[in-house]
Amino acid sequence: MIDRETVQNVARLARLGLSEEEIEIFKNQLSSILGHIKILQEADVSGISPTAHVSRLTNITREDIPQPSYPPEVLLANAPDQEDDYLKVNAVLEEE
Amino acid sequence: MTELYTLSIHEAKELLRQRKISSVELTQAHLDRIRAVEPKVKAFTLVTDELAMKQAREADQRLASGENLHPLTGIPIAIKDVICTKNITTTAGSRMLENFKPPYDATVMERLHTAGIVMVGKTNMDEFAMGSSTEHSAFFPTRNPWDLERTPGGSSGGSAAAVAAGMAMGSYGSDTGGSIRQPGSLCNLVGLKPTYGRVSRFGLIAFGSSLDQIGPFARSARDAAILLQAIAGHDSRDATSSPQPTQDYSSALTGNIKGLRIGVPEEYWVEGTQPAVVKVVRQAIEHLRKMGAEISPVSLPHTKYGVAAYYIIAPAEASANLARYDGVKYGYSYRDTSEMWEAMEKTRAFGFGAEVKRRIMLGTYALSAGYYDAYYIRAQKIRALIAQDFEKAFERFDVLVSPASPKVAFKLGEISDPYEMYLQDIFTIPANLAGICGVSIPGGFSEGLPVGLQLLGNIFREDSILRTADAFEQSTDYHKQWPGNL
Repeated sequence: MIDRETVQNVARLARLGLSEEEIEIFKNQLSSILGHIKILQEADVSGISPTAHVSRLTNITREDIPQPSYPPEVLLANAPDQEDDYLKVNAVLEEE
Repeated sequence: MTELYTLSIHEAKELLRQRKISSVELTQAHLDRIRAVEPKVKAFTLVTDELAMKQAREADQRLASGENLHPLTGIPIAIKDVICTKNITTTAGSRMLENFKPPYDATVMERLHTAGIVMVGKTNMDEFAMGSSTEHSAFFPTRNPWDLERTPGGSSGGSAAAVAAGMAMGSYGSDTGGSIRQPGSLCNLVGLKPTYGRVSRFGLIAFGSSLDQIGPFARSARDAAILLQAIAGHDSRDATSSPQPTQDYSSALTGNIKGLRIGVPEEYWVEGTQPAVVKVVRQAIEHLRKMGAEISPVSLPHTKYGVAAYYIIAPAEASANLARYDGVKYGYSYRDTSEMWEAMEKTRAFGFGAEVKRRIMLGTYALSAGYYDAYYIRAQKIRALIAQDFEKAFERFDVLVSPASPKVAFKLGEISDPYEMYLQDIFTIPANLAGICGVSIPGGFSEGLPVGLQLLGNIFREDSILRTADAFEQSTDYHKQWPGNL
């Protein structure tokens, strides 16, 4: 039901590196799980609106009052790499 | 003399206030118990013994002053490692967050610290709360105190095992599809999932944001009422938390369920449920009838779609929530390359375990172009139908009763097929989809292993399910049993 190409495509969308072995395992497991989930197609959902949440609340607003935030060193304390008060990352745009 | 770790919270509260025991003594008794049995049970990812003793001393000062007391002041409590604790490692059971120290406390933790709890530690769980056995913890599986060869259930298995083994007087977990009620069932505890929006999710590491709720584990309904009261209520930092006032849960425990209308969902007697579970639950229902409840069957016709709808919606939300783990801001980071995409893909490849990857894949697939309508939108429509089933049922009934789990505690390693593991939540998932409250309570035993009874209540009717649980306890002694061979 799910082929290797689909597994690789979905993994790319999720930015999830998979080993060759994992691709094979997920191909079989996702096919099996989706086989069970197929039962959803049997339900009569005509005229039903999709429910995204069950909080029974709508349009929660609050006053836009400035609040003190955390100091940069606190928020950066868990960062894998940093320089000055910035997160340090690999180059996003490489030079030509 | 009674061992201090066997006391209930409401008993300990009185003894603390009468100054017959101190919080330091009570805490020491629990830390001693942890030293004795934790090597076998492995409920904790972190034991915070120094912090616990400091909080106990502070609690004793507060108790001496007699001012500003809360029922949980000085009470040893364990916290699932998915709830953020300021400057204390919070792993979510994942390599990804193995060294993560949150810069803030979850709202629930703020409230518990204000109440004056003693935190004894952070508890083990399936990675990112995805699983039903703690076998998906990146660190080690937790063992069931009732039988160390078996699982305590999951994902909040560590929180359940800690309370069942007397290493904490109560604990907190999170329930997205049954992660409090199923381990409660397998460990002979009261495990309560509140109504969606009853408890703030601020500082709860997100799994399925439209489904997640924090709730308590306790050894009695009376203790569960105290533990729920301490965390319930509106929080402006969680826009989905409800402004509806909280009830007084302890005063709802009247011990009387005469005339209470209890429905028994016909669709919950499904193939695959162990006969021993069916037998114990039927006996418990008969017991509720003898206590004066009006028992009748009720139909929830869309029940059979519950697990399938959940395994689209929860992974879809998880795939979005877990997109934040990119190795840039916090958490594990693959550093051995200068290439951005490679770093991100390898960060996620090495930081996540198999079950988390499986759910990210499933969720991403269900949300991807071409499948979105067939899977995600359709699942959301079925979610609406399941919620309607409950709305109709609660027009006629105060409480619904069913098994909490299809199996008693199963052996570690017994379930290897992912979908068979998903089916462990067959009775608990519908309440999360509908946003209603539910509790698993000790319902009896089968060959020495606990069987949980699930009580479901309408939105914001935690009082009804706790009242039923408490009344059932008062005429049974299942909840008073302790694991024998620990």
